[in-house]
Amino acid sequence: MTDSGRGLPGLLDTEAIRKDFPILDRAVHDGAKLVYLDNAATSQKPRQVLDALSGYYERHNANVHRGVHVLAEEATALYEGARDKVAAFINAPSRDEVVFTKNASESLNLVANMLGWADEPYRVERDTEIVITEMEHHSNIVPWQLLAQRTGAKLKWFGLTDDGRLDLSNIDEVITEKTKVVSFVQVSNILGTVNPVEEIVRRAQDVGALVVVDASQAAPHMALDVQALQADFVAFTGHKMCGPTGIGVLWGRKGLLDDLPPFLGGGEMIETVSMHSSTYAPAPHKFEAGTPPIAQAVGLGAAVDYLSAIGMDRVQAHEHALTEYAVGRLREVPDLRIIGPVTGENRGATISFTLGDIHPHDVGQVLDEQGIAVRVGHHCARPVCLRYGIPATTRASFYLYSSPAEVDALVDGLEQVRNFFG
Amino acid sequence: MYQDVILDHYKHPHGRGLRDGDAEVHHVNPTCGDEITLRVRYEGETVADVSYEGQGCSISQASASVLNELLVGKELDEARRIQDAFLELMQSKGQLEPDDAMEEVLEDAVAFAGVSKYPARVKCALLSWMAWKDATAQALGEGAAKERTA
Repeated sequence: MTDSGRGLPGLLDTEAIRKDFPILDRAVHDGAKLVYLDNAATSQKPRQVLDALSGYYERHNANVHRGVHVLAEEATALYEGARDKVAAFINAPSRDEVVFTKNASESLNLVANMLGWADEPYRVERDTEIVITEMEHHSNIVPWQLLAQRTGAKLKWFGLTDDGRLDLSNIDEVITEKTKVVSFVQVSNILGTVNPVEEIVRRAQDVGALVVVDASQAAPHMALDVQALQADFVAFTGHKMCGPTGIGVLWGRKGLLDDLPPFLGGGEMIETVSMHSSTYAPAPHKFEAGTPPIAQAVGLGAAVDYLSAIGMDRVQAHEHALTEYAVGRLREVPDLRIIGPVTGENRGATISFTLGDIHPHDVGQVLDEQGIAVRVGHHCARPVCLRYGIPATTRASFYLYSSPAEVDALVDGLEQVRNFFG
Repeated sequence: MYQDVILDHYKHPHGRGLRDGDAEVHHVNPTCGDEITLRVRYEGETVADVSYEGQGCSISQASASVLNELLVGKELDEARRIQDAFLELMQSKGQLEPDDAMEEVLEDAVAFAGVSKYPARVKCALLSWMAWKDATAQALGEGAAKERTA
């Protein structure tokens, strides 16, 4: 293993950071050191988050927003405190704009359903259009397909350029006066592309369409400022940003959340209920029916504290340096084709590639035998694979604890794959 | 897991390519995108040919090659016994150590014993075998198939 990547400008002190993540110390397959490069699927969790989860259950567990006893009040304060932390983390104008869901998929489905049931002017119906892109995760495709099928609205999308970027050359034909909603990914989970949010938002605003941003691969890796984005809704998930699974976020503009109808009904989301009708609690509770993921929200709050203490700008700088290094080293590997941007410019720390005609399953398996964890397959973005004429890719994705040495381990591992199947 | 036998079949597949058949099926593994198009041809009770084309990992491709080598020329009852034995091996979660009797039935296919330890890869190994089963049922018809096993 070389150490040619040491001393890259902008790198974090990964040796110190890795001490916070107990799992990164473990070995796999009889002693191979774990090289975890599957962060786009889920991140590992620091001790601070694990302690927040167990501390909550050991000392404060109760249901929230009900009961007058000490534990109920503590649990409520912790749950709502997590909302404050998330609101600050994304620079939301109001804490009431932060809706907790179970993941980004639920957040996106929630928006799609709200717009299906909404009154004018938001209602998606026959003769209106929904716009997405060809690089969406399935969770930002299928809810809109369902909405289109149920309402008769037309689903349109932006295609991709050969170098893995959105083709916006026909933006005025794709987003039109008929467009009710434009939903797109900020950073692609398969290509790593960082999309030009501003250009799309401007066109959407020109025609009066709502904008939904899937920030699942952005929130963990860069400062997320919902006011700067100028979107109407922003969705992301906790488990990719050092938090636990089972907790996601939907941020929405206050006025919209007030106007739009609830989707799930139940406890917590009501004001009064009679046998004939009910009135609803104000947002965000209107959209949080039933007992919420309390411990998970508390864990996400701890994750936000952890990331904020390091600083999202520093996380982004670290990943940018690492990505440039990784792209450079991967391009040295014979027969390796990067699927997505081949420079570090406007790209995140997720790199998909093919290796000759060796199937990604085989690449992933041989890497796994060396302790290197990557993702193989279509990454829930099958249209991207179809677009580039490949059945699947191997994907390496980095995070704040990833090091140049791990990039080197990947490149060495790929050499072994080539020897094995060559 | 990657036994030499498996790599040999992957690099030099037996009977690959589509030829005339009595039935054709197309099976996919939606989680990973492996796919196979497979045709069977019967002459009476005999498996006259199994031809296939597909894309996928070494395990799925080698498995199709082994299937072709094992089943072509066999009587249907014998082919079904081999399929059952392979299914049992692949569902064994690595607990089954192939004995001489099993090796006699499965020949090269015993090399897949190691694959059964990897749940994500078992589907790859079984793709062509499930396709063969499906194609055979179509080629012979449900009623005909039952009659033959009776």
